[in-house]
Amino acid sequence: MNSEAPVISARNIWKLFGADPEKYLASMTPGRGFDEIRADGYIAGVKDVSIKVSRGEMLVIMGLSGSGKSTLVRCFSRLHEITGGEILVDGQDIMKLNENDLIEMRRSKMGMVFQSFGLLPHRTVLENVAFPLEMRGQDRHARRERALEVIKLVGLEGREEYFPRELSGGQQQRVGIARSLAIEPDIWFLDEPFSALDPLIRREMQDEFLRLQDMLSKTIVFITHDFDEALRLADRIAIMKDGAVEQCDTPDKIVLDPQTPYVAKFTEEIEKARVVHASVLAKPLNGTTPEGEPVPAGATVLQLARQLVNESRTTLPVADKDGTVIGTMNRQEALDILLGEG
Amino acid sequence: MSITTLSPSETQSQGRGDGRWSERQLVAIGLVALAVALALARPLLPEWTIVRVEEGLYAYADWLDAVFNFVRDDLGLIHLTRAIAGGLEYLLDATANLLYGKKRWPHLGPIPWTALAAAAGVIGYYLGGWRLATIGAGTFVWAALIGQWSIAMQTMSVIAVAAPTAFVMGLVLGIFAWKSRPFEAVLKPVLAILQTLPFFTYLLPAVIFFKVGPTAGAVATIVYALPPMILMTTLGLRKVPPEAVEAGKMSGCTRWQMLRHVYIPSARTEILVGVNQVFMLCLAMVVLTAFIGMPGLGGKLLAMMNSFKLGRSFEIGVTIVLFAVMLDRLSKAWVVKQPEHFERGTPWWQRHAYSLATFGGFAIFVLIAFLVRDLPNVPVKAVGDPEAEGSFFGYVGGVLDEVGRKQSLTQGKGIDKAIKGFLGIDSVQAVTEWLRWFLNVWILIPFRNALLWLPVPTVILAIGALGYLVGGARSALIGAGFFAFIASTGWWDRAIITLYTVISAVILATLTGLPLAIWASRSEKWANRILLFCDTAQTFPSFIYLIPAIMLFGVNDVAVVFSILIFTLVPLTRYTIEGLRSVPVELTEAADMAGATRRQKLWHVQLPLALPTMAVGFNQAIMFAFFMVIIAAFIGTQDLGQELQRTLAGTDLGKNFVLGMCVALMALVFDHIIMRWSTDRRKALGVD
Repeated sequence: MNSEAPVISARNIWKLFGADPEKYLASMTPGRGFDEIRADGYIAGVKDVSIKVSRGEMLVIMGLSGSGKSTLVRCFSRLHEITGGEILVDGQDIMKLNENDLIEMRRSKMGMVFQSFGLLPHRTVLENVAFPLEMRGQDRHARRERALEVIKLVGLEGREEYFPRELSGGQQQRVGIARSLAIEPDIWFLDEPFSALDPLIRREMQDEFLRLQDMLSKTIVFITHDFDEALRLADRIAIMKDGAVEQCDTPDKIVLDPQTPYVAKFTEEIEKARVVHASVLAKPLNGTTPEGEPVPAGATVLQLARQLVNESRTTLPVADKDGTVIGTMNRQEALDILLGEG
Repeated sequence: MSITTLSPSETQSQGRGDGRWSERQLVAIGLVALAVALALARPLLPEWTIVRVEEGLYAYADWLDAVFNFVRDDLGLIHLTRAIAGGLEYLLDATANLLYGKKRWPHLGPIPWTALAAAAGVIGYYLGGWRLATIGAGTFVWAALIGQWSIAMQTMSVIAVAAPTAFVMGLVLGIFAWKSRPFEAVLKPVLAILQTLPFFTYLLPAVIFFKVGPTAGAVATIVYALPPMILMTTLGLRKVPPEAVEAGKMSGCTRWQMLRHVYIPSARTEILVGVNQVFMLCLAMVVLTAFIGMPGLGGKLLAMMNSFKLGRSFEIGVTIVLFAVMLDRLSKAWVVKQPEHFERGTPWWQRHAYSLATFGGFAIFVLIAFLVRDLPNVPVKAVGDPEAEGSFFGYVGGVLDEVGRKQSLTQGKGIDKAIKGFLGIDSVQAVTEWLRWFLNVWILIPFRNALLWLPVPTVILAIGALGYLVGGARSALIGAGFFAFIASTGWWDRAIITLYTVISAVILATLTGLPLAIWASRSEKWANRILLFCDTAQTFPSFIYLIPAIMLFGVNDVAVVFSILIFTLVPLTRYTIEGLRSVPVELTEAADMAGATRRQKLWHVQLPLALPTMAVGFNQAIMFAFFMVIIAAFIGTQDLGQELQRTLAGTDLGKNFVLGMCVALMALVFDHIIMRWSTDRRKALGVD
């Protein structure tokens, strides 16, 4: 990643539901668990979370339903008012924004896609997509142009005049995506965007999403409860339980080195070979120059399976995209991962 | 032996299963025992507990009058209301001019009936195809051809002002109630009382504060139609899916934009259901404003019934029913009508085809009427006169503009004769005579006398016991307290007569409606037919139900009970069928597989599960009955309704209000107890 300041930076944020939560939080003894808080009559939607999202990064937040992932992302956009802590978006404390500034920030910087689409049923596809532009007062002609452009981008050309109920689920979500992109946001929130779709459509939409992200390179916070989806998309994964982030790391690290028993259990069933990349297994060179054909750093162990089995060398050089060797990979270690004995 | 399984807590609260009484039942039994003891000790009781307290314990009416006078004169409310009345009158005059040619601004009317019929036909077609087109246009055609155009339009001109006003006010108040919890907390009980107050209590304040005539009628109509619009708006706004709200916020909507573009459009369905309710209640009320001398369909109907012209009454009744059905069906079709898209590049005239056709149809007939009016010697009066010049075209054009008195197709006299002839047939007469005698001598009068015989505390305690049994101490206090208040007003015997009429009519309706519903629910076909019939009958303004009652039984107590009976039969039958149909199929199948006979299945599975829904119907029947019994004052009763009707002649606002509250409180007690029972029962059964 790059070195500039993070786009979203959350420090010790809390979101409690209940009567007068601020007062409760102020008087609460630190280190109280989720169940203890519940016994006091409060629900900890988000519990002491600190997290940073860098520019152009795709952070996937994972967890079971009720783990607080949707609540967390709604705190980032201040759809929920947090109970405690601090959230900076582009260096600005969003809790200090007044109503107009908040509206302005959403109008210029943020886009969001919802699980059940959140389309307005009385508006056509075109009017739904143009909705955020209309709200910020863009003139009819300009917003039509822009809306048609995004509709084309998500592949809904020719459906502009349809009403949401006349579209399939996948198409409706394309409208949701187009709407969230209409204002060209820097930050893109996606709350389980594909969960309501059939498995086949989901796969197709994920590909579509990756294609869009390749073109647009937004900063993305993506929520899912589907681990496979997280692995396919994420730069980093944050795993949540009971409102707290259990671990936030790259997919490889989560799989290879789970920090808590919960994460370990979560990743147990995952076929590690599909997740772990050669780059992660590469050990520093320490001045030596390894011999022979290098393997690409971006390849997963599974992709290298045939080579690993047929190979006779004990260590393999690993090279990045430019062909520079970045380290060596122990063949036995990689084989252990492939065979599930890691 | 019971098939339904009872949870432990429920077994306890119901006192079944272990054969012991629950605490609640014991208290209720104690109260009943006390009530019976009081009744037995009747000769020993002080006099005031038995006969009616002429004066009342407190002079509520005088107090209220003082308050009303203070608010009206000293606080100057009268100036405000008169100002509003002025504005309303202006609008009413405008619609009156357009619809039936009253000589006021804008001096354009009357619009020819053909133009309105054409417009209604196209709108009907747009909303629901040929069926609704027929209902839409047909209603107007009927009203014109039967010779009731101008009275129908007098009625419609009030609705044309009252309905939009009630809609706007209801929407705004509904939005406030949704935004502010305290406001809603204040508004809710007020609406509950408004919905149970007898309509006479709407009329008198309207007359006093807003001038006699159409203005008072419009005000009473607006207030009457308001509650459901408010409630539906609030309900709809609460039900907007959270993601649509969040999508709006993330799109950067301001508060106003949220309301305008997200909340209100998303609550469309509920708001339009509210509009449907507004139309129906407006029509029901505007017909009743006949009691304060408003001209129109209601006024004419009242006059015709007064002079026992059954044929004309019947025809006016049909007109009112047609308007009710038209307004109901069109507005309901509007609720479910979803926008449809046009392919890009559709020319504008195709996009707006329906608006254009409506406008076109309207314009053509207005044009015809305009041309005909300018023809010399319009031979409208020259029916069948061969000498008249240009008679054919002139005549047809004239009729298309306005159906003259002689051209109307009314068969009033003929129908009159037919009805009277039918009723005069010996066998028919024997049946109605016998029914009248039997009901009066064996059921109604003994029942009434028994109720009146009971000492006041006995009735109050019995109501308290019922309340305690169903809902515990709070319900008992509400029930006993409200009735104690009625006793303290001095109108006890009138209230008991009202109550007796309601109870006997509802019991008779239950005895007829329940078997009918149970029979109908056995076959899908008949259930649907009867439901459709009930749906339609429920849209009829209550006034209509007096017509058959008077036709069959003349003017007496039996006619009153009969009109309430047929009016309450509708909700009873409807909810019973719906309750029976909503029993899950697995359960009836389980009963079948357990070898239950039809009767066993009905008694042990279907009825217990349908009972909560049936209770809702029963409750509605009682509410309807309280409404109807007041209208029946017209026939000549001796109850609160009669006293209420008398107040209309004067300015006794206090008395009017006290009487109204007596009716409302009795209705509220039943509403509270039955609904409480129904909700608890639903919870216990785990059905929703």
